[in-house]
Amino acid sequence: MSLLSLDGVSRVYATRRGMFGRPVAVRAVDHVSLAVEAGQTLGIVGESGCGKSTTGRVALGIERPSEGSVLFEGAAMPAPGTPEWRRMRARLQLVYQDPLGAMDRRLTVATQIAEPLAIHGIGDAADRRDRVAALLRDVGLRADLAERHPHELSGGQRQRAVLARALATDPALLVCDEPVSALDVSIQAQVINMLTDLQEARGIAMLFISHDLKVVRQVSHQVAVMYLGRIVEQGDPEAIFADPLHPYSRALVSAIPVPGPRRIARVVLTGDPPNPADRPSGCAFHPRCPVAVAACALTTPALRPAADGRLVACHLVDGVAGTA
Amino acid sequence: MPAEPLVSIRDLRVAFHGLPALRGIDLDVMPNEAVGLVGESGCGKSVTWLAALGLLPPSAKVTGSVRLAGQEILGAAPSVLDRLRGGRVAMIFQDPASALNPVKRVGVQVAEALRLHRGMTGGTAEAEVLRLFDQVGIPDAKRRVHIYPHEMSGGQNQRVMIAMALAGQPELLVADEPTTALDATIQAQILDLLRRLQQETGMALVLISHDLGVVAEMCRRVCVMYAGRIIEYAPSDTLFADPRHPYTRGLLAALPDMVGPRRRLEAIPGGVPEPWNLPPGCAFAPRCGHATAACDAAMPGFVPVGVDHAAACVNLEAAIVAAMVAA
Repeated sequence: MSLLSLDGVSRVYATRRGMFGRPVAVRAVDHVSLAVEAGQTLGIVGESGCGKSTTGRVALGIERPSEGSVLFEGAAMPAPGTPEWRRMRARLQLVYQDPLGAMDRRLTVATQIAEPLAIHGIGDAADRRDRVAALLRDVGLRADLAERHPHELSGGQRQRAVLARALATDPALLVCDEPVSALDVSIQAQVINMLTDLQEARGIAMLFISHDLKVVRQVSHQVAVMYLGRIVEQGDPEAIFADPLHPYSRALVSAIPVPGPRRIARVVLTGDPPNPADRPSGCAFHPRCPVAVAACALTTPALRPAADGRLVACHLVDGVAGTA
Repeated sequence: MPAEPLVSIRDLRVAFHGLPALRGIDLDVMPNEAVGLVGESGCGKSVTWLAALGLLPPSAKVTGSVRLAGQEILGAAPSVLDRLRGGRVAMIFQDPASALNPVKRVGVQVAEALRLHRGMTGGTAEAEVLRLFDQVGIPDAKRRVHIYPHEMSGGQNQRVMIAMALAGQPELLVADEPTTALDATIQAQILDLLRRLQQETGMALVLISHDLGVVAEMCRRVCVMYAGRIIEYAPSDTLFADPRHPYTRGLLAALPDMVGPRRRLEAIPGGVPEPWNLPPGCAFAPRCGHATAACDAAMPGFVPVGVDHAAACVNLEAAIVAAMVAA
């Protein structure tokens, strides 16, 4: 049994075009199925508006799926705000890009790390102090930083403090939404190493959402590439980043600037990703796809296993049963 | 005979409220050359060009020399700088949406640059705006010139900024993190465009970026900055194949790979020193695995280590002296 599984999950928002426009349904996430195994990391990559953050919010139970189901440790996600949901939230924590925004500027680091312990009624005052000290050690923060306020810390130290707070309730799953994107390269490497060390030590699972393919490759056991609300390719990160099969994954991987010679010839896409409120027919990628055929505009390709077992949603990929 | 540099910066220093931000920059940019400046937040890569073009607030103390085609521009009169900026030297920034005027149509904004720097008005300016939009790859230019920045995507806004930069027919384009706010596939489009424009127009390009990959792809020559100084410069290929300064090596080792076996990242311990707490000698010494007492004694000078390749590291100097003594 997977620790977390999303089955056919969609999240639909109603929005208006202009102040007096008719309401339009926007499918931010469209029939997404994925599973996170205990102690493993599933990476989700994609560009702005592809639905990766919404997927993370649905996984945490902050948002209810409009369709489909979310199972955590085999049980359905309780409704947000209920006592059952609160209890479960101790097992599921979120870390996102902006650590300063995630912290209360008026409270010391120690107070904020202790807060989840108080909320979930874990231990007494003395016990909590010990736990805070241990958490600070785990994330590599000096003990004297405990009494500082967030603005007195560097960006890397703040992200460590946010992580310590997320770990306070000993969660089984961390949803990390762009956790290192605001950090400089040298600090980013420190935080990535710490995340993988913590995973090893505590057997924590992660849903790791990022636009940075290099970082996702570094931390993930499985990876899903999203485009306009749907997963277009999913499987082993080595296979996908070395030899992407979906034309969008191919363009995305080839777009990453690397020092030294590149392995995959660059595919420069024309145009911008379409507005999710104005989703192209058939395969949503077809207007920008360099290899699209007539069928691509007509039918939406399902996510099906390719020859090597990874999942690909493309009419043109070999090894997929019943290509159009 | 080597050509004259287009821009020649010598011993450029900047201090904010007595705290050093830039501690002696020497840099030449040749005509039609693409030079990259890389480094982490606060290393001074942006301040260098803001200072050179007189764009820092009066509270900043700027000293040194910046020559554009032989003419000193540091501390030049505002009227001289106004003609220069957007004319011979153009700049584009990370966030095009905030660099553009939100209540003016994009075509009008580009036309304004044409009037200011090339004295074009009316139909001539209109035709030139369309040509520029075409040149920067904005489709359906006839209609797009009439829309507002918020009606365009981030990538399209950056194209408008580039069109505006080209309006003054610059000899140098300074691009400060031009693709950092853009998605990967859009970044690839903009980098492609910049490369093509540089070839077409023959302008020089200074690319400021935190992304070593972007700089490696775009620039022939790269300078790595740390704590207000350039600590290594080299041709791009050399720098990435054979980095010599421990900081450059550290940066490359800290970067996850896209291919090959996955390895644990080699993080650089600690953080960048605060401007009020700079080490006495080499600013990188407290984080450096090879630091010795000599590193704290004085600021290291550049040690030539190859063709057009030098690094500011005491240990390299010692190694070279030892080799010479042995020989």
